[in-house]
Amino acid sequence: MKFLTTNFLTCSVKECDRSNNSFPLHYKGEACQLEQDEGIEFNPEFLLRVIDRVEWDAVVSVAKDLGNSTLPQQKPVFENEELSEEDMIVLRDLHVLLIQTNIVEGEMTCRNCGHIYYIKNSIPNLLLPPHLA
Amino acid sequence: MSRPEDLAPPEVFYNDTESGKYTSSTRVQHIQAKMTLRALELLNLQHMGFILDIGCGSGLSGEILTEEGHVWCGVDISPSMLATGLTRELEGDLMLQDMGQGLPFRAGTFDAAISISAIQWLCNADTSYNDPKRRLMRFFNTLFACLKKGGKFVAQFYPKNEEQTESITTAAKVAGFSGGVVVDDPESKKNKKYYLVLSAGAAADEQQVNLQGVTMDAEAVEKSKRNRKIETETRKDYIARKKDLWRKRGRKVAKDSKYTGRKRRPKF
Repeated sequence: MKFLTTNFLTCSVKECDRSNNSFPLHYKGEACQLEQDEGIEFNPEFLLRVIDRVEWDAVVSVAKDLGNSTLPQQKPVFENEELSEEDMIVLRDLHVLLIQTNIVEGEMTCRNCGHIYYIKNSIPNLLLPPHLA
Repeated sequence: MSRPEDLAPPEVFYNDTESGKYTSSTRVQHIQAKMTLRALELLNLQHMGFILDIGCGSGLSGEILTEEGHVWCGVDISPSMLATGLTRELEGDLMLQDMGQGLPFRAGTFDAAISISAIQWLCNADTSYNDPKRRLMRFFNTLFACLKKGGKFVAQFYPKNEEQTESITTAAKVAGFSGGVVVDDPESKKNKKYYLVLSAGAAADEQQVNLQGVTMDAEAVEKSKRNRKIETETRKDYIARKKDLWRKRGRKVAKDSKYTGRKRRPKF
């Protein structure tokens, strides 16, 4: 699962829909294995499009869960249509972080209901047992 | 022709052998590719975007999304299908999730969503505790939430009968979608294909209502004729009306007399 997806995934339990705690999920750092997938092409246009939708606080907190606390606290902004050299460097970093970083194995917990979801072979299992469905 | 929907639930039907067969069959690949391209044509996306693929299976449709330059996320309920997908080096994310339990994404996540040959499964009740109507509602409600404003959803599906189409479109409308069903090749029995085409509200760049120079306090809305009548009626009229109603419904009602609706004096 891409790091970008962690910024959109919430708890599947119906009761958690209305809670503010169900996003972002808590990632258990020691159980998570990361992998860099170099195969995906750098796509600045998509990144610019999706960055508006990204909640930077959640990015920072999930990165911290996974053991990276070096991210800036402020979301990078791209004001000009024409991208400067610096913007391109930032975008490339974002690409490495959001798109190329893959969570291969791991555990995520909902902060509201405490349900644990497991990630195996980079596929998160979001199915709920019958009593929660 | 037998329908897989009638045989077993999807996570059971698409086991290792069945998903292997499905993915390697060139005929299936060809049909899936054609339907995905048609769905994309119906979506009419101007830019590359973030797309949700519901019932992605082994990623046959996802591959085409990647080719078209979109980034996608897929959900499917069959672990075997997803495992087959893993061996195919897909660029999108795969997730194991039952669409009837809702799509667990933040509001406004996706630009669009597609689904190829999947949503008819929602009309089946595979276990004692799942109710198709509730699952359809949950599916469309969460889908509406996770699409951005004006986001579109195109789903190719195989309805068993008219009722299934009806229940799917009704659930979509109740959830707030606008749109309908497109039928391709209606004459042919074999190639007839149903596409559900929905959009979630109006797009942000569409013309909004012009509220310049408008005072926002609306005048009191004129009451309907019926309400006005009820407000002006006396206590006696009220009793007469209620007694009339009960009489019409066949209830036992006290006889009308000159004393009906009169106050009881303290002398009494």
